[in-house]
Amino acid sequence: MDGFLSDLQVLGPGLGTALQLAGLSLALAYVLGLVLALLVDARHQIVRIAALVVIEVGRGLPLLVILYLIYRGLPQAGLYLDPMPAAVVGFTWSIGAYASEIMRSSLNAVPPGQREAAAALGLAPRSAYRDVLLPQAARIAVPPLMNLAIKAFQLTSLAYTITLSEVMQAAYLRGSVTFEYLRTFVAAAVLYAAVAIVASLLVRRFERRLNRHV
Amino acid sequence: MFQYTGYILAGVGGTVAITVAAFAIGALLGVPLAVASRSGHRLVRWPAISVIEVLRSVPNLVWLFLVFFGLPEVGIRLGPWATAILTLGVTSSAYLAEIYRGGFSGLGQGQWLASKALGLTTWDRGRHVLAPQLARVVSPTMATYAISLLKESALASTIGVVELTFRGGLVSQRTGDGLTTFVVVGVVYLLLSLPLAYTSRRVDSRLRAKFSVG
Repeated sequence: MDGFLSDLQVLGPGLGTALQLAGLSLALAYVLGLVLALLVDARHQIVRIAALVVIEVGRGLPLLVILYLIYRGLPQAGLYLDPMPAAVVGFTWSIGAYASEIMRSSLNAVPPGQREAAAALGLAPRSAYRDVLLPQAARIAVPPLMNLAIKAFQLTSLAYTITLSEVMQAAYLRGSVTFEYLRTFVAAAVLYAAVAIVASLLVRRFERRLNRHV
Repeated sequence: MFQYTGYILAGVGGTVAITVAAFAIGALLGVPLAVASRSGHRLVRWPAISVIEVLRSVPNLVWLFLVFFGLPEVGIRLGPWATAILTLGVTSSAYLAEIYRGGFSGLGQGQWLASKALGLTTWDRGRHVLAPQLARVVSPTMATYAISLLKESALASTIGVVELTFRGGLVSQRTGDGLTTFVVVGVVYLLLSLPLAYTSRRVDSRLRAKFSVG
């Protein structure tokens, strides 16, 4: 048990790095997602297609391949990134693509009557968007976007493959010293599960509060 | 670099094999898990829900390392392929169980009660009333999950399974051209997910056509 506790202690700093990576890339990914979601409806066909390609490639590639592409591929083009910036770029692309899909489908999920009613009331299109459609879409989008955040945290384990010192790297190094891989990886699993389970309980509670007034 | 394209493409078989095998295991194990998680008995329901939650809360990479590096300490030695297929299969069962559960609750109580009123046995109700309807409701979601499992299979490369991503890693080391290599690998993943995406969209629109009465 002592060994297990000291394992948890050793993994602590890695957890900090993982949370940093998740937080930073999520903040950027939500912005990217919103921009992409709006660009997909742009007037210019080229802009539309470019946005769609960014989204589809971001969702279609394994995150592992995206990370390799950035960390091992970009130096080919003369762009060297440290593990953390490389991971942030890769995560932002992948998570941002998913976020944009959530935002887009949430906007489409607002009943069409709302748009028609706004038009019938004589609201300008801009106002209809800002005061009628977006608030309702946001309410639909928030729970899945929060679940995406949990997913992003779990995915930080992949940054291990591009030598970021997060939980998995700490666990692997620890295991190679103590030769107690089982205990150390169980400790890592407990850490990930604790964060994910607590976070998803919070999301569920928040979801109930959101729906209280509906 | 392109002289190695054939070598990379030879990894398609491995990637597809892991995806198909893990999906089959998950689809099978997911059924009892989903049924148990909806059981009326608390002693059946709680363990099933806990198993689903724990499997989903720990990242797949952690499960892979736990099984591959940890379990030999207690005498369970699995090769890279077996580890990848079994681990991804078991974690898939949790995700697929959730998909089945969603399908159950989507069907509503009416079908179940009506078939009970008709005097069908529990087995017949499950086989002739629930299962066929459930299959239609959940198959698009299952196809979407299959696509994410295809991408998830890239994780197997981290424990030495020689599939698509692993081969890409070798070639990028050999040629020093990570950019081209992982672009090729990425394109292959996109091409692999296209047929699945196409099928899921077709099944989905056919279902919509069938059920969009009201």
